[in-house]
Amino acid sequence: MGHGSWGEDGMTAMLEVERLEKSFGGVRAVDGFSFHVDRGETLGIIGPNGAGKTTVFNLITRFYTPDGGRVRFMGKLITHLPPYRLARLGIARTFQNLRLFKDLTVLENITSAHLTGHSYSPFAGIFRTRRHLRIEREARENAMMLLNFLGLGEKEQAPAGSLPYGEQRRLELARALAIRPKLLLIDEPGAGMNPREIQDLVITLREVKERFDLTIVMIEHQMGLVMNISDRILVMDFGEKIMEGTPSEVRKDRRVIEAYLGEEPV
Amino acid sequence: MKFFLESRRLILLAAGIYIVLKLLFSFGIVSEYIQQITIYVFIVVLAATGLNVIYGYTGQFSLGHAAFYGIGAYTSAYLVKTLGLDSVFALPATLLAGGIMAGLVACVIGIPILRLRDDFLGIATLGFGILVRVFFDNSDRISETLGGSRGFTGIVKLTNLEITFVVTVFLLIVTRNLISSRYGLFWRCIKDDETASASVGIDTTRMKLMAFSYGCFLAGVAGALYAHLYTFLHPSNFDFLRSIDFLIIVILGGMGNIAGTIWAGVLWVGFIEGLRIVLPSNVLDLRWVFIPLLLIMLMMWRPYGLMSKKKGNG
Repeated sequence: MGHGSWGEDGMTAMLEVERLEKSFGGVRAVDGFSFHVDRGETLGIIGPNGAGKTTVFNLITRFYTPDGGRVRFMGKLITHLPPYRLARLGIARTFQNLRLFKDLTVLENITSAHLTGHSYSPFAGIFRTRRHLRIEREARENAMMLLNFLGLGEKEQAPAGSLPYGEQRRLELARALAIRPKLLLIDEPGAGMNPREIQDLVITLREVKERFDLTIVMIEHQMGLVMNISDRILVMDFGEKIMEGTPSEVRKDRRVIEAYLGEEPV
Repeated sequence: MKFFLESRRLILLAAGIYIVLKLLFSFGIVSEYIQQITIYVFIVVLAATGLNVIYGYTGQFSLGHAAFYGIGAYTSAYLVKTLGLDSVFALPATLLAGGIMAGLVACVIGIPILRLRDDFLGIATLGFGILVRVFFDNSDRISETLGGSRGFTGIVKLTNLEITFVVTVFLLIVTRNLISSRYGLFWRCIKDDETASASVGIDTTRMKLMAFSYGCFLAGVAGALYAHLYTFLHPSNFDFLRSIDFLIIVILGGMGNIAGTIWAGVLWVGFIEGLRIVLPSNVLDLRWVFIPLLLIMLMMWRPYGLMSKKKGNG
């Protein structure tokens, strides 16, 4: 496919994944998996449980070390970088089973993410210099902006773990946005949501994408959500890509219907 | 700079306590022994605050805190003795040296062991504590001054109420400011969820190392104050049981709660020394039984600390 270097020749692949491989105890969880996401695109990844979707996210964000393959972000090889460096480059993610800082307040969940990109020295922190106080104030303002945007503005002082499930999901999204990402990897945002909440989520994700100029890769089981929001869909099974296409192409594909959707296309 | 921001009440309180103590001390109302114990309370609070940073805030379980306390004590005592720095004015420098030595050692051993989590880290720090104890026991082979298992004798008494007070209050404010800065926030994030911390861009390895080194620095300074208070150091002062003492104070006061650690430190020393007065001498050693019993009861009814409003739910 030849997606070349970022920016120079008009190539616009935000993320390029080449022949990614990972085995766990002899089981090939991800087997030579390649894909790319263009700038501004929303890519949906679907597939049955155990297909290796979350493993792909964990390999891209380097929570797992790949056995083979390469990952490029904006043309830069990032396969060797630790997770925190990837976050600072602009790759944010959410987790399938929610990973909030539960004992911290809603506000602190967001300011912590903001402050990783806005630094001051420990001595500035100890002696509370002007710079320190200004950065802390900006972190709070930015956090409140995000919380208001996602409808959590009233809850800033509540411990994150005390929020109802749906709000925890939104908080995790807000935290991911607080690092000012260019690429957002979302792992099953619709898990455990009812159709009404899914509707809201679709609207929220569209707004978020527009406002923060994001490229999104989303793993999702809820067909209503993934078909609605993705520009392109990639179907995975047994650690491999079985097909790729627009939502309407995927919906019609026989292999997909058999492997994933069951008898009845949605 | 706003170093003392939101510290006015604290400073006033500290000044009040200082005046009361100074009056009690200088009019001979309290005995020499009680004076020494009072100063010791500050030292214990300072060292325990270090462990609170490491364990209470950052969630790094350490069973070797007394080793760093000991490293600070031996470093300062050795410097004062060999360089002949026996004036109170040199003390801040040797306190700092003791703290920095403890912090550096913490940094060096922290790089390999801080990747371990929870109980594994506990065992690694426990091992390091034993190692340091054995080192102190055999230290006379390196330098006769250190005294080995006979103990380090003839240390100049330099620690007084003023210096202990100023150093402790200053470092407590430094710690509080750090805790409320982005560094303290990152430490609490790491304690809560290390994976999520990395996902938002926190350099978890570096932040854990920083918390560990800083906490051990505080222990080192406290140890140096201790050395020049009691003028005698023995390896047994810095063994595993002493590490447990600090741990109990942190848990008693509540994890991630500096005010709690202060109260718990006062209670702890008061309790141990109080029992010394109350108990008849033939059962005196029984007081070390009360402490573990207290810990067991605490874990059953107040696992988040005596000062915490949060109760255990079994």
